[in-house]
Amino acid sequence: MCSLALFPPPLPSGHTTLCESNNELLSGTNTEDQTKQESSPLSLYFPRESLKLHSRTESSSKAAFLDHSETLWMRSAAAWRDGGFSGLLTEITNSHTEVPKWLSMSSGCTLALLRWVSSFHGSLFPHLTLRSEDMIAEFSQVLNWSDCVVRAFAWHPHTDKFAVALLDDSIKIYNPKSATTPTLKHRLQRSVAAVQWKPLCASALAVACQNCLLVWHVDPCSLSTRPSSGCAQVLSHPGHSPVTSIAWSPSGSLLVSASPMDTAVMVWDVAAESCVPLQRVGGGGVTFLSWSPDGSHILASTPSTLFRVWETRMWTCERWPCVKGRCQSGCWSPDGSRLLFTVQGETVIYALTFTDTPGISASTSAGPQAAAVVADLSETTFNTPDGDIIVGGEIQCLAWDPRGERLAVLLKGDPHTADRPAIIAVFKTRTNPIFELLPCGFVQGEPGAEPRLMQFHPNFQHGALLTLCWSTGRITHVPFYFVSAGVPHFGLSGSPLLPCPQERPSALANQSLFTEFIS
Amino acid sequence: MSIYPNNMFSTKQTCWFIRKVICWRAVASIAWAVLLLPPITAVFVILSRFNLLHPIHTITECFSLLTSASAIFSFILLGGVILMVGFLNLEYYTVIPAIACSKIALLGQLLHPRQFVNSLVHCIMGLIVAWCCAVFIGGSYETLSYPCMQSDGSSQMCLNEYHLVLMLAGAFVGFSHSLLGVIHNMNYVSFHTVQQYKYLRFKGSLPLVVKCSATQALYSIRNFIALYFFLGYIPRAWICKTLNLHLNSSIHTLDSIAGLLDLSLLYQLWMSATFLLFTWYITLLLFRIFVTEVCSFPVQSSFNEDVHQCLPKVLTGKQPMILKFLALQDLALLSQRSPSRRCEVFSLSQPGGHPHNWNAISRECLSLLADLTQRLVAYHDTVATNGRAKSLSTGSERKTSSETSVISGTEDMMSPRPTMLMKTPASVFSRSIIGGAQSPLTVPFTPDLDSPFASPALRRLTAPAEQCSPWYGTVQSPHIMRRAPKLWSTSTDSQANSSLPPSPASVPSPKQEASKPSLLAQFLQNRKEQVKNFLAKRVLIMYLFNKLPEASSQALFADSQAHIWALEGLSYLVQASFSEDQFGVVQTTLPSILSCMLVLQEAVDRHFKLPHASSKPVRSTSSMGDSTYKTLRFALRATLKTAIYRITTTFGDHLNAVQMSAEHRKRLQQFLEYKE
Repeated sequence: MCSLALFPPPLPSGHTTLCESNNELLSGTNTEDQTKQESSPLSLYFPRESLKLHSRTESSSKAAFLDHSETLWMRSAAAWRDGGFSGLLTEITNSHTEVPKWLSMSSGCTLALLRWVSSFHGSLFPHLTLRSEDMIAEFSQVLNWSDCVVRAFAWHPHTDKFAVALLDDSIKIYNPKSATTPTLKHRLQRSVAAVQWKPLCASALAVACQNCLLVWHVDPCSLSTRPSSGCAQVLSHPGHSPVTSIAWSPSGSLLVSASPMDTAVMVWDVAAESCVPLQRVGGGGVTFLSWSPDGSHILASTPSTLFRVWETRMWTCERWPCVKGRCQSGCWSPDGSRLLFTVQGETVIYALTFTDTPGISASTSAGPQAAAVVADLSETTFNTPDGDIIVGGEIQCLAWDPRGERLAVLLKGDPHTADRPAIIAVFKTRTNPIFELLPCGFVQGEPGAEPRLMQFHPNFQHGALLTLCWSTGRITHVPFYFVSAGVPHFGLSGSPLLPCPQERPSALANQSLFTEFIS
Repeated sequence: MSIYPNNMFSTKQTCWFIRKVICWRAVASIAWAVLLLPPITAVFVILSRFNLLHPIHTITECFSLLTSASAIFSFILLGGVILMVGFLNLEYYTVIPAIACSKIALLGQLLHPRQFVNSLVHCIMGLIVAWCCAVFIGGSYETLSYPCMQSDGSSQMCLNEYHLVLMLAGAFVGFSHSLLGVIHNMNYVSFHTVQQYKYLRFKGSLPLVVKCSATQALYSIRNFIALYFFLGYIPRAWICKTLNLHLNSSIHTLDSIAGLLDLSLLYQLWMSATFLLFTWYITLLLFRIFVTEVCSFPVQSSFNEDVHQCLPKVLTGKQPMILKFLALQDLALLSQRSPSRRCEVFSLSQPGGHPHNWNAISRECLSLLADLTQRLVAYHDTVATNGRAKSLSTGSERKTSSETSVISGTEDMMSPRPTMLMKTPASVFSRSIIGGAQSPLTVPFTPDLDSPFASPALRRLTAPAEQCSPWYGTVQSPHIMRRAPKLWSTSTDSQANSSLPPSPASVPSPKQEASKPSLLAQFLQNRKEQVKNFLAKRVLIMYLFNKLPEASSQALFADSQAHIWALEGLSYLVQASFSEDQFGVVQTTLPSILSCMLVLQEAVDRHFKLPHASSKPVRSTSSMGDSTYKTLRFALRATLKTAIYRITTTFGDHLNAVQMSAEHRKRLQQFLEYKE
């Protein structure tokens, strides 16, 4: 099993990770880094001050403007519209001077009963009592989502453009080949939890919002910097909000979305704007979805200690109960045969292997019996010149590069203590012929910056490119230059895969690495 | 519509499929519907006889009722009705919806003799179900007559009007179900993109069926009550006369307000209608689920007598459509998921070494796509030439008709629009009605005619003509149209602004008109009634004969599910051929596949620039009618792009070696650079 003790120590403060080359993570000091940042066109910086934030929510402004001299009927209708049945009951109970006594009494009783029932329901599934923003922050893959300047990030699967969702609920699209950066804003685009580009399409971008799903169609040839809200399709289903996770099928035909409030996974046919709910009892909601790159399976985690793996031929699912906590994050190997996932409250990475024999119908595809622990990321103390640094702990999210050679793990750290920062640990992985995990190193940014969000570039020519969004509002890219084992060696800039023996022979010699043997 | 008349003496292939597959599927669905009947009935009985004060007593009573002889007889009757409904489903179902392009066409569909038979059968079945409901409800609903005391003390048989109302309601609901079936295309069977097991699909759609039947029952009962309130005396008198029954004068008749305000009666009517619709909808749902189940055809067979059942043969057949659709669906699925079957498609024939399978499949798919392209081009040509000329002539005719009444008619057609910018409340209101795509009939009767600005108001009567012409939509983007009913004030502005080139010269004109002496207004006052009548007549005709917006577009793409599967199948096969095609059989057809898709892409792009083509239909969730066909054109557009991208991402720069025309190469380059 791979553990953090095998990792090279973190960099001294002031150094930032620049790239991996010759099988080693190279770092630079702050000033070098700055100049490099400026030169790269894709590195962006969003200072927090430059964003105009919403100072108040709609519900808080309502109290300031609502005219209370309206008739009871008008107020009841408004309460029904805004707050539904319970809102109506609250309104009737509050205006007890105007309504008959029995009505206000009975509505008060009903309201109390409703609250009791919902508190009972909430005690079964505690997340249902959260406000929707807190719920997104709780279940998002982004570390400390509510405080993030960059709330979501998505590379286009085929080209070098990407979309960035910012704290002010706008989405910007950057394309190094074009001078325009369209800014997407929509009335319903609030609290963006995730964005994803549609595969096999140049223009469609799905956005998971607080109340609905939006699918933007941004014409790549258009010169407009503010596409109108008519370019966005609104997909909504009653009870399906807030949407915390979305995933396009790799063939681009379907979109799945998940909400912690809804026990059903929605499968959308976006062009027809119709959806099929996949309802299963148990779990109390769905928080995170991940579609395997070969399109055969979907990971769907729930807020309780249970996650499901759906197969996409006949849309049946396997239940996987966890012992300790809910499934926090997961990622698929490029061939879709292996799923890595982490569980809240545990500091290890688990693996599941799916062997799908081709030609035989879906029902007989044998799933694994139990998950295997492949890496242990429990707390480890490193002695650095700046003092001891404790690294490790719970895992926020996982990212696996599209070739299956690098695995990035975002560790939560502890925001209250200085010597336990959030940090990204990168593993080298190999899936063929046997699954192997080797330590690569830690990726660090400038001092004071905390990694919040990471994603691999979907088709980087020279290895892997990890894009990081920092708490300062900076977006940087860390390339890992290597020659892929599976791809023929055309590349000029690739470095040999095997570690050079003269560099760190002693360090590698006595490492006990995780290897899984094919039985 | 029907598959029977065509296939009765048709080829062998058709016979085997209908006989072996479709009929069995229909029988299985009906059997399940009949099996589900007892539990549904039990729930209905408990709900209709429930007594809050004696819950346990009610339940035991219900069970004793359900095991009685009359209940079992009713079960048999209901089973017969379900059989009949299932048979009608099988007889009337279609995979290509019949879309009425105008109101008059819809009327024609409704009055078709075949539809008349359907309605009559539904009416009778509704009557039977209502009789069974009366048996189950019991109490005062059970019999048609009862002994009563007249005022003179003599005893005689009286008419039980509750029973009569229940029976009539059943017949009415059955009739309206059959009519709504035509309007909502309820006989249309759509195929789902998400394949689920039958049980899970059924379970997933059950809440929708409950909701639909309850709401539809509510609307039908409302209509029935209104009808009975006005015309109820006719059937009552007729029944009394033929059966020699009397009316009990001591209680209210039910076609009065007091009689109809009986809550218990309304509840029982609603429950019975819900029960009726629920059982029928369940039968329909089961039929749809069973008949659209994926069917796997062998790609090739080693036995000669099975060749007609193989995919290449089945694909090329014309009848029945369901067979072709299922074959195309199977093609799309096998091309995505099954490497071994793809291998058979790419294989060569044993003696001779010809890729017969691939040739047959690709030829059929390409001819389907080419057919659609041709249809789109032809439609576009009609709209561009004839349509425009025609609409111009009607437009000018309309203009003259209104200008004869308005003396100062020297301004151009656009000039009435700037008056909208003044935003007097009345004019804004009426404009918002027009903008909200209401029926043109409302326009002459808006209160706006009495506003002091009579001349602009009258000239606004030209608005319906413009609206109905195909030009109307071109000037405004569809999202403004969609938003119109909600944000009426802003949309009025944006409509006026977007539909107008900025013409500052024409803006001051309404003010001048307003300050003119009322000589003009008086003249108009005289003419007003005349024009109103004239237009009302015209408008009614227009209402009937005018093309429904979108409908022609929907009709063009009515069978596009087949094209979607053809595109998916072709593109996945081409993608797989990159690594799996050992003999290079796909390479020979790659240029024609690419050019076919690119031509179609061009035609589809052009079609979506037409008015109404890109406006989304309003989604109605509380209807059992499947509205998938309304969005098929969007699905086709998305699938087409994805299919081309699938080929370009797989082959990449290798496509430069494929022979094609310069224009297509330019177009393909756009796709290779992800700029479409």
